[in-house]
Amino acid sequence: MGLKLKIDDKEVESMEGETILDAAKKLGIEIPTLCHHEGLEPYGACRICSVEIEKNGRKRIVAACCYPAEDGLNVKTRSPRIDRIRRIIIELAAINVGGDLSGKFLELAAEYKADTSRFLQKVKVEPSKCILCGLCVRRCVEACWDSVIGFVGRGVNRRIVVYPENASICSTCDHCHGICPTGRITSIGPDPPFPSIDDVLAGRE
Amino acid sequence: MSSLQLERVKAHERRPIRLQGVAAIVNRIVEEYGYDKSMLIQVLLRLQKSFSWLPMEMLLEVSKQLKVPLSQVYQIATFYKAFSLTPRGRHLVRVCMGTACKVRGATNILEKIQRVLKIERDETTPDGRFTLETINCAGCCALGPVITVDGEYHGNVKTHNVEKILEQYR
Amino acid sequence: MKRIDSPEDLEKLRRKLRSKKKTDKTTISVCVSTGCVALGSIKVLEAIKAELERQGLVETVNVKETGCLGFCEQGPRLSIHPKEICYFKVKPEDAQEIVSKTVIKGEVVERLLYKDPATGKVARRLDEIPFYRHQVRPLLANNERIDPKSINDYIALGGYEALAKALFKMTPEDVIEEIKRANLRGRGGGGFPTGIKWETTRKAPGHLKYVIVNCDEGDPGAFMDRSLMEGNPHSVLEGLIIGGYAIGAGEGFVYVREEYPLAAENITNAIRQAEEYGLLGENILGSGFNFKVRVHRGAGAFVSGESSALMNAIEGCIGEPRPKYVHTAVKGVWGRPSCLNNVKTWANIPLIILNGAEWFRKIGTEGSSGTAIFSLVGKVNNTGLVEVPMGITLRDLIYKIGGGIKDGKKFKAVQTGGPSGGFIPEQYLNLPVDFDELNRVGSMMGSGGMVVMDEDTCMVDAARFFIDFLLEESCGKCIPCREGLRVLSRILNDICEGKGVEEDVMIVEEIAETMRDASLCALGTTAANPVLTSLKYFRDEWDQHLKAKRCPAKACKALVNYYIEPEKCQACQLCRRECPTGAILGGVEQVHWIEQDKCVKCGSCYEACRFNAIVKLSGEPIPPPPPEGTKPVRRRGGR
Repeated sequence: MGLKLKIDDKEVESMEGETILDAAKKLGIEIPTLCHHEGLEPYGACRICSVEIEKNGRKRIVAACCYPAEDGLNVKTRSPRIDRIRRIIIELAAINVGGDLSGKFLELAAEYKADTSRFLQKVKVEPSKCILCGLCVRRCVEACWDSVIGFVGRGVNRRIVVYPENASICSTCDHCHGICPTGRITSIGPDPPFPSIDDVLAGRE
Repeated sequence: MSSLQLERVKAHERRPIRLQGVAAIVNRIVEEYGYDKSMLIQVLLRLQKSFSWLPMEMLLEVSKQLKVPLSQVYQIATFYKAFSLTPRGRHLVRVCMGTACKVRGATNILEKIQRVLKIERDETTPDGRFTLETINCAGCCALGPVITVDGEYHGNVKTHNVEKILEQYR
Repeated sequence: MKRIDSPEDLEKLRRKLRSKKKTDKTTISVCVSTGCVALGSIKVLEAIKAELERQGLVETVNVKETGCLGFCEQGPRLSIHPKEICYFKVKPEDAQEIVSKTVIKGEVVERLLYKDPATGKVARRLDEIPFYRHQVRPLLANNERIDPKSINDYIALGGYEALAKALFKMTPEDVIEEIKRANLRGRGGGGFPTGIKWETTRKAPGHLKYVIVNCDEGDPGAFMDRSLMEGNPHSVLEGLIIGGYAIGAGEGFVYVREEYPLAAENITNAIRQAEEYGLLGENILGSGFNFKVRVHRGAGAFVSGESSALMNAIEGCIGEPRPKYVHTAVKGVWGRPSCLNNVKTWANIPLIILNGAEWFRKIGTEGSSGTAIFSLVGKVNNTGLVEVPMGITLRDLIYKIGGGIKDGKKFKAVQTGGPSGGFIPEQYLNLPVDFDELNRVGSMMGSGGMVVMDEDTCMVDAARFFIDFLLEESCGKCIPCREGLRVLSRILNDICEGKGVEEDVMIVEEIAETMRDASLCALGTTAANPVLTSLKYFRDEWDQHLKAKRCPAKACKALVNYYIEPEKCQACQLCRRECPTGAILGGVEQVHWIEQDKCVKCGSCYEACRFNAIVKLSGEPIPPPPPEGTKPVRRRGGR
């Protein structure tokens, strides 16, 4: 069944089960993402893909990676309001990334003219270079069911750890390398990319 | 990363536990819940209640027996406030920091307890007698400030009767 | 227990239970809900039982353990029926007098009656107390009459009659239609029309559907759900079964937060009893409808009260929200249609089915029907649970029912809706309380917490409190909420410590907007409400902190100094003994003095002083110490 929607004033036909992000891709409109991966379930954590939708005369900001394409939907992917939201999200995420920007994150910061140091100056935390997008964790679960890495903690104390017990099931699938948007996981270097669960629980990382 | 690199993580650093028959204990509870994966949180709650903390071996056992990824078990055990991955003291003191208690002086009560026990939040006294935690609402808002010790409620607490309350718990 | 196989059997049982009750046997009911227990009601209960035993009255007098009546401040509460005498602040030592005087002779023990502090009048019965006079209590009234552990008590008072009516006289569509006509709105705070939600789940494809009770009442300052669940669990359960029938669900879940062990115990017990009677399980009341209920305990996470997070937790996964642009009513637990409602919403269902939609609509306002339960707490004289028709003004709530502000202080704000709500200033005291009106002033109904703040509450500090609360409770999944709260918390803490700069306000507004627009779940999108309402209505207080480095309410520790007024000090040593750092100088017969360098500002001295000699100063110079050896100026009437 075809659904007709408008993205940035261009008409596009989409199918049941597709998201706004999928539909935009068909039009060649790029919506930035940090936690999205085609092969994985939508996660909706980074919110950088926020777009404005209009439905029955009501405007709303939604995450394009999760919002299902609907008939008659009117989507705007760029506007001063959306750009401002994206800029602030990048600036907030930069608290985790720190000054050493690379990869996709660096490109986005430049495009949205983000001041990546202003919030870090306020909160003064040690940047971990990880924005907790969960791509590596989700790909790891997918690759070996019982993952080698995973999330622990909640809120600002949330982080990613390595489970030594499961080290043996880690094959060199390389699933977690290329997808890291901040360049925290590199294939060079002998050390695992994240501290072990024991170190984190003992406050040693 | 490869398995080779991961071996550098020091697995031997973990605390040995003096708990006999962890597998059997976990098995009894898991069986009671019919090996139902959705009961993971309930299983952990039961274990937490029985042992007042969740030793690492226990989490490994739960993961194995309930067939839930270890990462999921750990994520849950570190996400919820009810679980403790370190041993708690004999008595659990919880200070309510809810809005109602707060406007009636809960901060001062917490600080007084910290001074009396000489520990910070989420710490245990060296003699293992008390563990101090805060909760965000004990649901006893009309009696604020409220503290609970081992689940017993104490309402309308004043800074000068903190010692008296704690004295009851040896 | 014998299974009840038809509505007629249920009616027969009810008649039997009622006729047993008719005897004029005296009943003493003691509140054993968490609040009264905290004040020692278990000891009172034991003392009463022992006294009855001693006087040989065990056979003739009933002792009943009941739920919360709401007036927790005055607990432990005890009532004696059929005379409906109500005693407050009862101590175990009073047992002998209560039994000898009231039970045997029918006389009232005057000193245990409630005495109105304003008029000095005593009240024998509940409805004579101002706190209750202005309430309408269809939901809470039965808390006093039934033992929450006894299904027979509930049945005797008309329990499960609504279920029988729904199953035998109504189609599922009729039930939904009735709820829609009643205009019942979700009591969890959102205010979404319940009937429409039910209909969505009923019409959603799939034959496996679920209904869920949300008792993850995490809002600080709120305990309505706990009281209902502890005091009248069958009313919630009956509502859930009716909902299951209407929606076409075969299974229900009750999610109870970890901090409410008694609520979990009572609902578990209620489920077991209902199963034994055949009111739950296979072929309910012989109707052919099958329905089962499971209790899930929470493990301590505020965010798990969000519907999609709660459903994750039921699946045994991490209790963090998932993107839910497809509503959980269509795609919830295990991807199946799931209808989740708050405890109070479910408890309203039997009342609506039994009394009809018109009855319900007569209570409350045009847009918000029925009653609302608030936990009226903070700096009011009468704290506790109040049930009022929607549309009552804040002023009536706080002054008529709450008895005004404690210690004659000045009202500053009332906070509704918990961490998602906002502060409402004095100028809106005449606002009628319902879903829409509260939204209009930037706050929300929330699940019903109502915290009153007086002149001693600093509004910047109060905003900081909620941000710090949410910082601790945010699941940390999405960036705007996790990092936004981190920055907001830092900024607000800085301002409260006098380290704020004026640009901070702009940053706060910027982040608040992004959080509102872009966060994943309602925790994040509403998180900035307390800050924004504080800024909007109390900007002056913010400016004082930012520019003058002064806290007008004298609540921000870093901006406050304690000072002993030499003219008032009686040199009684009380404060010196309480001071943990030895910062107070001055011996016997010598005016005391605080050494500011040593003072940690714990406030112990302030609380200990009986002569109001200790004052807080903020943003003003501290006067020099009195000459050593200054003798106290004795006051007439002083010690």
